[in-house]
Amino acid sequence: MSEIKMTVNGKPVGGDVADNMLLVEFIRETLRLTGTHVGCDTSQCGACVVHVDGKAVKSCTMLAAAADGAEVTTIEGVANGDLHPMQKAFNDNHGLQCGFCTPGMIMSGIDMVNRYKAEGKTLDEAAIRHELEGNICRCTGYHNIVKSISQAAGEM
Amino acid sequence: MSQGIGAAVKRKEDKRFTTGKGKYTDDIRMENQAYAAFVRSPHAHARVNSIDTSAAEAMDGVIAILNGAELTGDGIGNIICGWAITSKDGSPMNMGAWSALATEKTRYVGDAVAIVIAETNAQARAAAEAVDIDYEELPVAASLAAALSDGAPQIHENAPGNIVYDWEIGENEATEAALAGAAHITKMDITNNRLSPNPMEPRSAVAIYDDAEDHYTLYTTSQNPHVARLVLSAFYNVAPEHKLRVIAPDVGGGFGSKIYIYPEEIACLWASMKTNRSVKWTSDRTEAFLTDAHGRDHVTKARMGFDQDGRIVGFKVSTKANFGAYMSLFSSAVPTYLYATLLSGTYNIPNIYCEVLGVYTNTVPVDAYRGAGRPEASYLVERMIETAAREMGKDPADLRNINFIREFPHQTPVIMNYDSGDFEGNMRQAMVAADWAGFGARKAESAMRGKLRGIGMSCYIEACGIAPSAAVGSLGAGVGLWESAEVRMNPVGTIEVLTGSHSHGQGHETTFAQVVADRFGVPIDTVQIVHGDTDKVQFGMGTYGSRSGPVGMSAIVKALDKLEVKIRKLAAHLLEASEADIVIEDGQVKVDGTNKVLAWHEVGLAAYTGHNLPEGMEPGLKEGAFYDPLNFTFPMGCFICEVEVDPQTGKTEILKFVASDDFGTIINPMIVDGQVHGGIAQGVGQAMLEEVRYSEDGQQLSASYMDYAMPRADDLPDFDVLHHSTPCTTNPLGMKGCGEAGAIGTPPAVINAITDAIGNNDLSMPATPAKVWAALNSATIAAE
Ligand code: FES
Ligand code: FES
Repeated sequence: MSEIKMTVNGKPVGGDVADNMLLVEFIRETLRLTGTHVGCDTSQCGACVVHVDGKAVKSCTMLAAAADGAEVTTIEGVANGDLHPMQKAFNDNHGLQCGFCTPGMIMSGIDMVNRYKAEGKTLDEAAIRHELEGNICRCTGYHNIVKSISQAAGEM
Repeated sequence: MSQGIGAAVKRKEDKRFTTGKGKYTDDIRMENQAYAAFVRSPHAHARVNSIDTSAAEAMDGVIAILNGAELTGDGIGNIICGWAITSKDGSPMNMGAWSALATEKTRYVGDAVAIVIAETNAQARAAAEAVDIDYEELPVAASLAAALSDGAPQIHENAPGNIVYDWEIGENEATEAALAGAAHITKMDITNNRLSPNPMEPRSAVAIYDDAEDHYTLYTTSQNPHVARLVLSAFYNVAPEHKLRVIAPDVGGGFGSKIYIYPEEIACLWASMKTNRSVKWTSDRTEAFLTDAHGRDHVTKARMGFDQDGRIVGFKVSTKANFGAYMSLFSSAVPTYLYATLLSGTYNIPNIYCEVLGVYTNTVPVDAYRGAGRPEASYLVERMIETAAREMGKDPADLRNINFIREFPHQTPVIMNYDSGDFEGNMRQAMVAADWAGFGARKAESAMRGKLRGIGMSCYIEACGIAPSAAVGSLGAGVGLWESAEVRMNPVGTIEVLTGSHSHGQGHETTFAQVVADRFGVPIDTVQIVHGDTDKVQFGMGTYGSRSGPVGMSAIVKALDKLEVKIRKLAAHLLEASEADIVIEDGQVKVDGTNKVLAWHEVGLAAYTGHNLPEGMEPGLKEGAFYDPLNFTFPMGCFICEVEVDPQTGKTEILKFVASDDFGTIINPMIVDGQVHGGIAQGVGQAMLEEVRYSEDGQQLSASYMDYAMPRADDLPDFDVLHHSTPCTTNPLGMKGCGEAGAIGTPPAVINAITDAIGNNDLSMPATPAKVWAALNSATIAAE
């Protein structure tokens, strides 16, 4: 057991967690923020992506204890009153069907746009497809996800 | 902007999904909730000699460990297959018993033997590992070939030779005679690779037992909660229907794999009663690979005969279909009535004969996966005709064209009666969009870069809108395949539509509301779609086989018809006009040619106050309907795929993919195109990436995303999706269905393109770089 403290979606949270508790379990089961999903057990699908200190992280591959002291943002913390441009873009472009992969896609999409912006690179459709290597969607065939991220990249 | 039929309205349901507020089964947590874990067989075929739970029971948090003997002792019934197939010789199919928890034998790796209930998920899983089972390993038959070999192990006592059935359709003698007179015969051996459906949300169940009421509630990842309740009640004896509520909340994709009622849901319900606790189970991905029903897995020998002019004279098909270890709910129908009935494709084929051997193996049960039988048929027909064109030196488009069916209705030799379509028009549209004519120049350009370019098409047809109840009943279906709807208009004028269809990505909350908006001119935001709860919706057959449009929406239309009749009567009375002069538009009720008008809510209020109703009219505005389709519907289309192969590595890149479909009437083109995109991606997955592999001893070698190649974004191109619609003539909106088309039409288009590029027709799915490289080099070697 370790005692941890972190900020999740701007709110301080904490508690005693088992040493083998994953960050995704802490988010879903302890904090009951169920927008972050679990789609695999081998760190491939990206349904669990959150931001830890501003960077996209697969929360199924990080221990809760390792996030001690971090700033965590989950899908529930992305909208700031209005929908985030990435969230809106997914609606505009029909970038989701069942919605299960969507939180991870949106979190990865935001991170991707931020990184490319910071590095002054253009995020074209080929780059988006390449960047989505770690996010699996079974419903959309990615076509509209790529369009969504592309639209948001222009608006963010 | 119109929100009615044909409008690309943005989805109403997106807000909750994009903000993390979707409510999936695993998001539910009950007070007093315990967790279930299953003890699963590590052997593909083994006798269970004894189960020792003593060490596990002593572990922290363990509440109960229950086994199959206790389950059957409590009268829980065996899992059924809902479609009875009769063999050639008139004998019924050989269905082996399937208990939710195996008793004497396990028959595939993952077969559940016991259920552990504990306070936490981790405790349940730890205890499941500590259950000590003495297995006696038996010889394994993990493939069709192994199960049909001499001396193969007997998987079920009552299925000699592991044969489930030996079924046939069509005229054998006439087909043989036609082939005997053919000018050219194309022969092929074709394998349809085994797939795992892989919806991104793993299956999950929360079973809640209320001992005071002797009542059960099941939250579950289901495409058809009413069917789940029906079989849980009528066949598995969990509880009578009025004591069992099944809720399928937000469901993260299904693709067929969430139609079935699996052992886990049955065991969780029963365990919740045994322990008097709410019991939750959520599959992890490995468990999903090990236990979700797989799809496809056919091996086929076929011969197609042509006359001098290239007209098809006969088609003879012999297929072996892998059922896995047990017969899942729809499994028996997939390689028979959902497969062989589509072997006429889009072509005029006077003689067809097909025989299908259903076979047990020591693998996960195989059942419907997106397309279910129709992708297998379309792959076969479209590979055959393409190959025939190459063999006869004919243009593949021309050969298709001279064989296209042009007059409707068209009765095929294999049951189906096609109602409509413009097959050539669709193909021509796709060819223009793909710049078929300019392919030669592009191929030459690729060749200059040392690359091999290929182009391939498929002109698929499929059958949706399952299905006329009496017709499927006569073919062995255990249920009717109608759909129900109820439309309630509230006193304030808002509308609720209760439907037996279930949305798990299809966007019903938007499209179904559009049908109402189209009828009355009310905004879709004032229409609420209610689905997925057996306590709210009276009954329904659920969503699969692209039936929610043609069947589900037709039921809504029927209910709207009845509601409209009442609204007109009431309005005519209130406005002192004749019913014939009442016009409903823009959410108002008017008298034609006058300025008399009722606001929408005034109609609602009048109906519910009942102060001033026409003589004999009941208060309220609520109408229901059951819609039983008159025929299947027949979506068809032409897909064209253009690829470039790197001869050094065998790597194939899809450069262009055009889909031109005839779905009949389209409610929301944005959503329909999205369905096509997803279907194409799954079709490309089957053609180039995905395959479930077993070792000879029945271990699944592809049970994780490290080993099973799911399509990623950079495996796929942008898709060019077009429509060329002829309305369906047998349902009120003219809809054909669009959910499965992509998965059905894509694999042959891709393989026709790759084989065109490499100049070797001998290539099986998935066409991985290694296989393409080998095929390319064997072709080169053969030519040298
Ligand atoms: S759940 Fe984290 S990558 Fe799949
Ligand atoms: S929308 Fe269903 S998995 Fe992506």
